[in-house]
Amino acid sequence: MRRVAITGIGAISALGRNTAEFAEALREGRSGIGPIESADVSQLRFQNGAEVKGYSHAPYFDDRRADFLDRFAQFAVIAAREAVADAAIQWTPELCETAAIITGSCVGGQSTEDTGFHEVYKLGHSRVHPLTIPKTMANAGASHISIEFGITGPSFTISTACSSAGHAIGQAYWMVRTGITELALTGGSEAPFSFGILKAWEAMRVVSPDTCRPFSKGRRGMILGEGAAMLVLEPLDAALARGARIHAEIVGFGMSADACHITQPSAEGAARAMRAALRDGGLQPEQIGYINAHGTATPANDPTEVAAIRAVFGAHAERLAVSSTKSMHGHALGAAAALECLATILALRDGVLPPTANFNEPDPECDLDVIPNQAREAKVEYALSNSFAFGGLNAVLALRSRG
Amino acid sequence: MSDELIQRVLKVIATSKRIPLETVSIDGDFQQMGIDSMDAVEILFALENEFDISIPDDEVRNVRNIRQMCEGVEKLVAAKSAGTQAAQ
Repeated sequence: MRRVAITGIGAISALGRNTAEFAEALREGRSGIGPIESADVSQLRFQNGAEVKGYSHAPYFDDRRADFLDRFAQFAVIAAREAVADAAIQWTPELCETAAIITGSCVGGQSTEDTGFHEVYKLGHSRVHPLTIPKTMANAGASHISIEFGITGPSFTISTACSSAGHAIGQAYWMVRTGITELALTGGSEAPFSFGILKAWEAMRVVSPDTCRPFSKGRRGMILGEGAAMLVLEPLDAALARGARIHAEIVGFGMSADACHITQPSAEGAARAMRAALRDGGLQPEQIGYINAHGTATPANDPTEVAAIRAVFGAHAERLAVSSTKSMHGHALGAAAALECLATILALRDGVLPPTANFNEPDPECDLDVIPNQAREAKVEYALSNSFAFGGLNAVLALRSRG
Repeated sequence: MSDELIQRVLKVIATSKRIPLETVSIDGDFQQMGIDSMDAVEILFALENEFDISIPDDEVRNVRNIRQMCEGVEKLVAAKSAGTQAAQ
């Protein structure tokens, strides 16, 4: 089996329009959470989100092209462009024919659907815009990336709620590792700020009225986020041969299903996914130095995740650094695992572990080293990125620094 | 608390949880009845519709049984009718 290198990275999120801005915000522990601007929140119980502030398609797409892309698909293409440029890929006809695109998205272009359905249900219009279907489909991100670069290899989208991008990246990793493809573009994108979706989240009573404080006693729930992160994966040997810059390696991928409740998390399910990732990478728990936690800041997730980490790592849990970067980029649903995998890559590459921002009071039920508020310089060789979705479908990636 | 209000709350719980009305009493405890967090948000949604009230998250955080739930609904219904009278 081949080792797999990450040779390109790209991102757009509440923390900025590119990877450099994303990295800077994480180092500074600066949160991108603020009053929601892209939807009317006057009839909502919560007011804050982690949006791409002041976003307009204009610098990225001409008006006619933008007509075909929901905001979530625009984010996917923007992040993919940065990742491809970063990797300095030399496209050949053969590479275009075999490269893979695997994206994650939870809600797809539901903002577009929301607008169209509002017109027929509420405004009494007799027709919906003909681009509603192609803009809404969750695979639109992958499709537009393929069109953008002329990639004609295996391309698809995975939708597993908050684990979507984790499953996508893991699948892409396995496809490169086993020789199914020589290059994969993978990650996730999401843009869930439409009134209908916000109302649905409000009804679940899991969104915080102020901010996202993972692992804090005063946590009051999650904060929705948006954006995209994309990675270029290649066989390590091929990447070295062409002199590519290698940000980090992916070394393991584990999945599990809780098989117990549609929304309540299970420590056992989470632990099984972490163990599976370690096993897949041939790693011992003691080799892990950092975990980018799922860390949603809901009352239920955080203590469950801490219990799962303790179950997997035993005494080593005391020596682990664990943080939730959702405290800064929000919970970007189907893009969450991609943004968090990117945060993990940057932590390994730069030797700076991102903090859990907005931390205000320790919770005895979450008593791990959660890197409160201040980033920490530390050379870590191996790290995990955890994703535990509604529906109980879990995905964990194991990464390795280039040393 | 009026019997009418209590009966309406019990009926909402029975309907949401799809259990016989006679198995739901004001002395019921959520944990003993197997009402989990997702059941609870469904019941809150149904209560908001039944009584035409909005139940803030802060009001529900410490509610553990049906009596507390009835008391909370009574308070919000009273606040609503006071608001309506003030508006008139």
